Amino acid sequence: MLSFLLRRLMQTVPILVAVAGLIFVLFSVIPGSFESSLMDDGKSMIDEQTVQRIRKELGLDQPVAVRFVRYVGSLATLDLGTSFRTRQPVTTVIAERLWPTLKLALAATLFAVVLGIPLGFLAAMRPGTLIDSASMVVAVSGLSLPKFWLGLLLMYLFALTLGWLPSFGYGNGGISHLILPAIALGVSPLGLLARTTRAAVLDIMNADFVRTARSKGMSEVRVVRWHLARNALVIVLTTVGLQFGSVIGQAVVVEKLFAWPGLGSLLVDSVSLRDIPVVQGCILTLVLFFLVVNLVVDVLAALVDPRIRYT
Amino acid sequence: MTGDALLEVDRLTIALTQDGVAHSAVKEVSFSIGRGETLGLVGESGCGKSITALALIGLLRRPLSIGGGSIRFKGREIQSLSDAEMRRLRGNAISMIFQEPMTALNPLSPIGRQIAEMFVLHKGATWHEAERQAVAALGRVQVPAPEARAKDYPHQLSGGMRQRVMIAIALACRPDLLLADEPTTALDVTVQAEILELIRDLSAAEGTAVLMISHDLGLIANMCRSVGVMYAGRLVEQQAAEAIFTGPRHPYTQGLVASLPLLGNRARHGRKRLQEIAGVVPPVSAYPAGCRFAPRCERADAVCRDVDPEPTALPGGGHVRCHHPVTAGANAS
Amino acid sequence: MKIRVNLWLGAVLFVTVVLAGILAPWLAHTDPVMDANLMNAETPPGAEFWFGTDAQGRDIYSRVLHGARISLTVGIVTQLINTVIGVALGMSAGYWGGWWDDVVSGLTNMMLAIPSLVFALAVMAILTPGLTSLLIALGLTNWSHTCRLSRAATLSVRNQGYIRAAQVLGFSDLHIMMREVLPNIAGPIIVIGTLGMGGAVLAEASLSFLGLGIRPPYPSWGSMLSDARDQITTAPWVSIFPGLAIFITVLGLNLLGDGLRDILDPQDRARRS
Repeated sequence: MLSFLLRRLMQTVPILVAVAGLIFVLFSVIPGSFESSLMDDGKSMIDEQTVQRIRKELGLDQPVAVRFVRYVGSLATLDLGTSFRTRQPVTTVIAERLWPTLKLALAATLFAVVLGIPLGFLAAMRPGTLIDSASMVVAVSGLSLPKFWLGLLLMYLFALTLGWLPSFGYGNGGISHLILPAIALGVSPLGLLARTTRAAVLDIMNADFVRTARSKGMSEVRVVRWHLARNALVIVLTTVGLQFGSVIGQAVVVEKLFAWPGLGSLLVDSVSLRDIPVVQGCILTLVLFFLVVNLVVDVLAALVDPRIRYT
Repeated sequence: MTGDALLEVDRLTIALTQDGVAHSAVKEVSFSIGRGETLGLVGESGCGKSITALALIGLLRRPLSIGGGSIRFKGREIQSLSDAEMRRLRGNAISMIFQEPMTALNPLSPIGRQIAEMFVLHKGATWHEAERQAVAALGRVQVPAPEARAKDYPHQLSGGMRQRVMIAIALACRPDLLLADEPTTALDVTVQAEILELIRDLSAAEGTAVLMISHDLGLIANMCRSVGVMYAGRLVEQQAAEAIFTGPRHPYTQGLVASLPLLGNRARHGRKRLQEIAGVVPPVSAYPAGCRFAPRCERADAVCRDVDPEPTALPGGGHVRCHHPVTAGANAS
Repeated sequence: MKIRVNLWLGAVLFVTVVLAGILAPWLAHTDPVMDANLMNAETPPGAEFWFGTDAQGRDIYSRVLHGARISLTVGIVTQLINTVIGVALGMSAGYWGGWWDDVVSGLTNMMLAIPSLVFALAVMAILTPGLTSLLIALGLTNWSHTCRLSRAATLSVRNQGYIRAAQVLGFSDLHIMMREVLPNIAGPIIVIGTLGMGGAVLAEASLSFLGLGIRPPYPSWGSMLSDARDQITTAPWVSIFPGLAIFITVLGLNLLGDGLRDILDPQDRARRS
């Protein structure tokens, strides 16, 4: 088990390094990327002399290799640079926005899991019936809904018309502000989880070893509990992990819609304002987030399914 | 043979419902097995032998269902028992082992536990006691170092080993009847013989009756005292094993026996083509109205095509379903 | 026959949207950009303006129709780019193996770790806003799934007899890949391409919604929804129709993809999403 964990860690680190390298290439190496960050719609806002001075300050006139080494070095010390706009260290800026995003992503995932898995399970237990078709229609609709549209509709219905929930913002961090964004974000993973669960359950219910279990005289309840649950759990768990990446990406849009002060809205604002260090920092953080979640999910899956420990 | 036989199957029909139409995948099959006896059921893929076994243990699922006839086990009708009541029999009095050992065990559970489950389920043992008995069961199926193996997961074992585990599970509660559905087909040839011998020895030791299903006539003849031949859902012939070989009465059986390449035949008879039975098995939805073998039979005539033959008793025991059975002693090879 | 329902319903939905886009100039009532009459601003849906008007007094119905052209074009083109990149990389990686495979696999793993929208945003950060930048950004984000799929499919096909035969007969690698491998892996690729197109439409809408894609006054469904947010109290109907259009398009593509999967890739039916 320990060796499995170590192996997975060894696989994760190169990916992180590669992403860091990619970001470096995108933002520091591609010609003009720095200049374009100082421009607005193609016209430079600052005179040429100042541009050159800033370039020297930021060390952009050094050769690429040197810059990359300095870059990696600063990453290792968790120095993500300074925001072009606010002059604050990027790490500080990100730190304030980290928890709201985490909270939103977790809430959305929880929503998706709590509703999606039972829906898929129910559909699989009654294949071919109306319940099955209806559930899957709901699932595919959830997958196809644009989140910002759903968010707008929810906002209109529950906040503006019925007044039950606040329409945007973080508030004091309470649940009422979390509900609408979490639902808007969670509907799509819900659909995916429902479909995946249904497929996994159907697969297993028709598997050979379930037939063996029944031939042993096991009751359906027992079959579901012992054989189905754990085998399906592995598949579902892996899906949840993979989905997290999507949730984080989509959170960007939901955060902007609901004025949710998280990393996603920070990223969007920074892109609009061309605050490159913050953009870099956000991407790295989000990717790190995703990789950590996947690692945790893989470890949990290996705990449940001993075959995974050897991969 | 009637009355005190362990298992009596009387005109069992299994329906396959496709697009609302019910086809008889198995039609009016009748046979019986006495205590401690071995009956072999032989036939090509799709002839219905597997689903007959599933019907006996009550594991038919949609779109298959029992369409008629009766199954009497120890004198009691079981074809329409509730699932709860069948469960008391399954694994306990009637057990089954399947063809694919690679996928037949729960991949997430150690094998010792999967065997122990039987004792907990049916004998009310505690898990601790059951695990102990599971190790003993592993020893009985000749798994070396059973205590260590009991903690292994299925993927750590070879196919032959897994099949031994399956046998251990099936025989754990010393059932009266063991249904073996092609237990060796998926195994290496060298392992096949060992597994078959194991089944034979264990069932003989406990007095377990065995229904052995295979498409391999030679294997069946070796293992079983009595052999039934199925074709397209019909039991076309049933005789003692030697009689099937030396004096097959149904044209299909005759064809099967003749198609077996025998060692030494070329020396004796010179080089000849391997015999085959012309034609293919029809799909379930297109079974002919009369005798189902008629389209492929050289001896078929108008009667055969119109009327499905009833069983005719044979002087040496057993029966054959044919309007024009092969005459006794017509072929000796 | 649930399977067929997916296919036909999806096809109908998608084709309807495509037709609406193609026929937009004839079906629309007004010019989507120029016909802005502040006197008509924020009129609810009615006889004259079927879907109502927005804050600038533009007819939403016409804008939605024209939006179909823009959103669909971007969706289709970017998905094509993604597919070409993914198939080229994946197929070559699976076929040649070796260090090239390592490079491609590493690249793919890296891309899979970055949420696609985040990557698109990153690319938009260094490009000047506009249609070409949008196409580049979106065209580079979603090839990783196609790549992985192509690679796996190529690996499974690679050791087949007919590939070996072609190699022995002296055909070039490129020829073999295009003529022997590609047709045999086309099925799953078409499925993923169709499903990916739905994702591409959503991605474009998202970027436009965030103000980083198609900029107003051009009628992209996404940017229309962005405007709608400010008018949600005064003119809620502005929020409904563009989003509905996106929903119908993506739903159609998803259903179509599902239906195609059942035909082209039956083994996969159970496992994929």
